[in-house]
Amino acid sequence: MMHGPVSTTAAEAIARAEAAATRADASRRRADWLTHAILILGVALFALPIWIVLMGSTHDVATISRGEVPLLPGPYAVENYTAAWAEGSARTTRVPVSAMMLNSFVMAMLIAVGKIAISILSAYAVVFFSFPGRMLAFWAIFITLMLPVEVRIFPTFKVVSDLGMINTYTGLIVPLIASATATLLFRQFFLTIPDELVEAAKIDGAGPMRFFKDVVVPLSTTNMAALFVILFVYGWNQYLWPLLITTTGDVETIVIGIVRMIGSEADTDWHLVMATTVLALLPPVAIVILMQRWFVKGLVETEK
Amino acid sequence: MATLELRGIRKSFGAVQVLHGIDLQVAEGEFIVIVGASGCGKSTLLRIVAGLETATEGSVLIGGADVTRLEPKDRDIAMVFQNYALYPHMSVFDNMAYGLRIRGLPRAEIEGRVRRTAEMLGLGDLLRRKPRELSGGQRQRVAMGRAIVREPKLFLFDEPLSNLDAKLRVQMRAEIKRLQRRLGVTSLYVTHDQVEAMTLGDRLVVMNEGRAEQVATPMEVWREPANTYVAGFIGAPAMNFLHGRLCEEGHAVDLRAGPAIALAAPPASATEAEVTVGIRPEHVRVVGNGAAGAIPLKVDLVEPLGAESLIHGILPSGEGLTVRASDCSPLAGTTLPIVLPAEHLHLFGGDGRRLRLAHARGAAAPVRVGA
Repeated sequence: MMHGPVSTTAAEAIARAEAAATRADASRRRADWLTHAILILGVALFALPIWIVLMGSTHDVATISRGEVPLLPGPYAVENYTAAWAEGSARTTRVPVSAMMLNSFVMAMLIAVGKIAISILSAYAVVFFSFPGRMLAFWAIFITLMLPVEVRIFPTFKVVSDLGMINTYTGLIVPLIASATATLLFRQFFLTIPDELVEAAKIDGAGPMRFFKDVVVPLSTTNMAALFVILFVYGWNQYLWPLLITTTGDVETIVIGIVRMIGSEADTDWHLVMATTVLALLPPVAIVILMQRWFVKGLVETEK
Repeated sequence: MATLELRGIRKSFGAVQVLHGIDLQVAEGEFIVIVGASGCGKSTLLRIVAGLETATEGSVLIGGADVTRLEPKDRDIAMVFQNYALYPHMSVFDNMAYGLRIRGLPRAEIEGRVRRTAEMLGLGDLLRRKPRELSGGQRQRVAMGRAIVREPKLFLFDEPLSNLDAKLRVQMRAEIKRLQRRLGVTSLYVTHDQVEAMTLGDRLVVMNEGRAEQVATPMEVWREPANTYVAGFIGAPAMNFLHGRLCEEGHAVDLRAGPAIALAAPPASATEAEVTVGIRPEHVRVVGNGAAGAIPLKVDLVEPLGAESLIHGILPSGEGLTVRASDCSPLAGTTLPIVLPAEHLHLFGGDGRRLRLAHARGAAAPVRVGA
């Protein structure tokens, strides 16, 4: 038998192709397996701490204090959660979790709603009106993006404390409302609204406020929903500012509450801390799940 | 229903002047089409009439009243946009009713007007739908409905058919014409499409670089274009332009490409001998070999259109010429004898303006003069 491509018979070619296909299959299967392994590892990394917290909240204080890390549910779930919800941690602040949750909820809600209200109006002004200093206003908003809360926290604290707003909802919420990010997002969205739509409304006789109410707001609902989810979670998770501004239990938020519960290593009610942590997780998760449909729509869709 | 009058409209964007003084008088119920290449200022002119743009100079009168300083909503106009500009979150009904609601009309009247208009446009079953659930043609119709329902003094159309496919465009074109006849509302229609312009307009305004080159009926514009721009813009394929020189005291024109052609009468206002001779492709006659006065056209490309063919060729002078012939499809590279009938020649002076013949009557056969 001769060698070389000329002598290659059809059968040989088919056999070779089949072998190549098998090899490709095998390597594809190996790749699939590897992908899954990485994914499972990732899920474990994210989910394990939450699982431990969830399990820990169902054991009594002794188990956790012994240094055990329970991976299976224990018998004290009901007791732990009722205690946390109604009484709080005995050895630390004594503020019930329900009260702190309410504080957190009010704060997160007002921050989210306030941020959306302020930023949609400022974006509306910047996009649809021409007035002297428009670009200056826009850039001023834009530049504040580079200044995180932490950078301006002492001057802000000074202002708030001089105004006597320590330990008030106003002091807790107002400084967090001004938002460059949301303004920019709305601006980008408004820029995609065709000029003709504005003109059609003008010819129909709609003034600026009417156009805002009848056209801009309805068109922005999905964006508003997406922002609401992001901002609610942002507000709920605020730590540094509430830490500075709340000194009594009255307006204490849940995130601060958890930190205060963890006193020294010895006298921490770990079972209650765990239960409180689980409770603190619930509202943001609920918001995300409830608004998931609009959230995804708002991020993906541009309805026109 | 109202008249419209534009007086010396000028518009500059910064240092760039886009409209150089437009004057126009539109009679009640007239359908005026503003046609021109993109960037000629036609849309700007329409937007000035709508009040979406302010003129740098000049005034706009609707029904005799000066509206130059009025807001769009106070001008009693309705506009149809190229991309329809329907409110995407409102149903068809709400889209049409929105302007009426703002005007504070009673609910029953709004309902009645919208339903009547929707019936007229064949949108009766679609009133609950959102714009995204409609086809292009239906959206177009809703946009028209939104304009009609307002019962304005003036309709403004900004290239309303450009986003439709070719077949639908022809259909909607006829529909717009029919509607406008029926409603009798004075209309201003902007387009870059000369077929739309010719078929729709009672009169055309042919615009070029911010000037109205000619304002006349479609047939007049076609038959007697005011200058080379209009001549080349209206008519498809475009008019052929050849170099010529008046001779015999203006009684004939000597083509660079071939023999002199006798004219019925000398041009009334020719000041110089050099002229541009225009002839439409459909007026060029293909003749038999050896016919008197024939010019040999070297065929370069033949485009069959079905019933007719477009023949692109080169004249002995090196000038290109397009012929539209119905019973002739020569091969590329062959030579085709053609004749330019004198009665179909358009003469333009050095500045591009049409030269009118002193007593244009009767048709002179092409005669060989001299040479």
